[in-house]
Amino acid sequence: MSDKANNACDTCSHFNADGLKKLGVNTDSFDFVVALAGNPNTGKSTVFNALTGLRQHTGNWPGKTVVRAEGAFEYNSQKYKLVDLPGTYSLLSTSQDEEVARNFILFGKPDVTVIVVDASRLERNLNLVLQILEITDKAVLCLNLMDEAKRNNIEIDERTLARDLGIPVVPTSARFNEGIPDLIQTISEVASGKIICKPHRIKNVPDNIQKAVDTLSEEIENQYPNLSNSRWIAFRLLEGDNKIIKALKAGEFV
Amino acid sequence: MADSSIDKIIDLSKDLRWQIGDDFHDNLAEGIYADASEIATSSVRIDNQNNQFRLDRKIDKIVTSKTWGFPIMFLILGVILWLTIEGANYPSAMLADLLLGNLHPFLKGLAASIGMPWWLDGFLIDGVYLAVAWVIAVMLPPMAIFFPMFTLLEDFGYLPRVAFNMDELFRKSGAHGKQALTMSMGFGCNAAGVVATRIIDSPRERLIAIITNNFSLCNGRWPTQILIATIFIGAVVPASFSGIASLSAVISIAVLGIFFMFLVSWSLSKTVLKGEVSTFNLELPPYRPPRFWKTIYTSLIDRTLIVLWRAILFAAPAGAVIWLISNIYIGNESIAAWTINSLDGFGFLLGLNGVILLAYIVAIPANEIVIPTILMLTVLVTGISGGEGAGVMFELDSINATSDILKAGGWTLLTAINLMLFSLLHNPCSTTIYTIYKETKSLKWTVVASILPVIMGFVVTFLVAQVWRIFVN
Repeated sequence: MSDKANNACDTCSHFNADGLKKLGVNTDSFDFVVALAGNPNTGKSTVFNALTGLRQHTGNWPGKTVVRAEGAFEYNSQKYKLVDLPGTYSLLSTSQDEEVARNFILFGKPDVTVIVVDASRLERNLNLVLQILEITDKAVLCLNLMDEAKRNNIEIDERTLARDLGIPVVPTSARFNEGIPDLIQTISEVASGKIICKPHRIKNVPDNIQKAVDTLSEEIENQYPNLSNSRWIAFRLLEGDNKIIKALKAGEFV
Repeated sequence: MADSSIDKIIDLSKDLRWQIGDDFHDNLAEGIYADASEIATSSVRIDNQNNQFRLDRKIDKIVTSKTWGFPIMFLILGVILWLTIEGANYPSAMLADLLLGNLHPFLKGLAASIGMPWWLDGFLIDGVYLAVAWVIAVMLPPMAIFFPMFTLLEDFGYLPRVAFNMDELFRKSGAHGKQALTMSMGFGCNAAGVVATRIIDSPRERLIAIITNNFSLCNGRWPTQILIATIFIGAVVPASFSGIASLSAVISIAVLGIFFMFLVSWSLSKTVLKGEVSTFNLELPPYRPPRFWKTIYTSLIDRTLIVLWRAILFAAPAGAVIWLISNIYIGNESIAAWTINSLDGFGFLLGLNGVILLAYIVAIPANEIVIPTILMLTVLVTGISGGEGAGVMFELDSINATSDILKAGGWTLLTAINLMLFSLLHNPCSTTIYTIYKETKSLKWTVVASILPVIMGFVVTFLVAQVWRIFVN
């Protein structure tokens, strides 16, 4: 566990290793808030530890992280507060851990949401990714556990994936610190607006629903012109989600 | 923002909901899956011929099989315990020798040379220091072995398989299958196990998991079980079998705890916590070779030292209390002697004695100081010499010396068995009680979770004592 550069990424000119400082739990003042979301047991806490230098407990079972953990790092003299959210399979139901994750992405308004996925189980993980992309348009896909995917003879075309999802994709093996420098660089570029995301919107829905969503989200946008996730709010309203109706009335989206 | 515009949006959504019908949720979910499938198909290429998943599946077939699942679980538990018991002996003796054999006389000498009054010297060095030293000597080595091994198993991915094996039993007792995970965490520390119940969605099943977590024998209680089993159970069989006999006794107690957990879960779900068992998806994650040294390092730093620090924080005041009650006299008797005498009758009914009951009262803050307290109080009551004197917690050089003291105090095999049972079935430690309150935010359930095991302990030890006296004597 030395601080020395030990792979190509660390020495790449695009990555400024000197500019990186792991700040541990010191989250006093910060320039950007970064949320870590993803399915259970995809290595979110390991990514969290790799970024902050903390030793948050990790374990190989779904549900290990039950409380929201916070940490920080500094990169190129800008401070990033990192929030490790409980792992969830979806944001569509209303169990307690899903609500913690959903509310933070929705109301915590993170500057960047890093979605950690298991590269060996991409298709299943995309379910959550697509839902998050309806809520936020500043996201990075962290394609984690690449070492396992390789061992399982799974190859992923990252560029196609990035194009289809409309967000940057960074392959990592957080357990071995591989790809972390690249991830940090990408987070900083999304946070600063250097990379503009054009997130994928859910397409495969029947026409009548598509129309209803369009009508409703147009109306929402008329009332709240600055809202980026009007479509998702429309989804929730059509579902009859009382908590979203309440939040709307309380003005929490403005 | 005017309220009317929000109402307008909500009204519009109601109208639209009528138009699109009930299938919205399913349609949306299907849409997401269809999108996910399209995206994955265009960017993922899998070579199915050499897929590692097959190996995982082969391992799973064995470790979750109906025939082998449980034997393998007990075998793993047995190996971990055996390594803990065997491995902890030597470093424990070394630490005891250093902290109690050498450092304690040195501190006493130092205190004498600066002319410290006897009561201050006794209070600080014989009370506080010895309690802390004892806890370090007894707890640090087993924890430093047990926690890393447990963490390695956890990182490897075995815990979800345990949950899978036990799911059926939990379902039958009306509890949530994920309780198997929180139960396993409880074997390390009950307070950690109670926090881990957050993974259970249903409040009813979560409450069951919280109340019954105490039946997982925690790290503070393993040393008590191991020591008593070694002295008394190991002694009734030929020497060559004593290791196996005491190991089996400890495992039996742990299994009995699991049995009580099912029993109590079942009773609760049939009475005060009635309800349906909720279904859930349990993902069996891939096996991952743990990063050995990193795991050892983090589990030593994070778990072992944190738990040890907590034990020290509780042991220090407890040591002070023991010294005080042994040295403050009312009439001719110290408070400790007086309490022990008045608890003796009740203790006899339970096949225990007044010393053990008082030790458990003193040790409410932390289970790990029960044995030293018992030894010290026994010396006080029997008046045998060789110990350090009134109210001094000490470590004896060998298991034999401990055994001599306990036998002088009138201990029998029944006392030993009932102490092991009572150590399993009594109130959770203060940290766990506080954690239960924080998690449930209910005084009522905190009281239930604290009192229920003690009552069970009284009943079980009482029954065992009566049966024993009828049939054995």
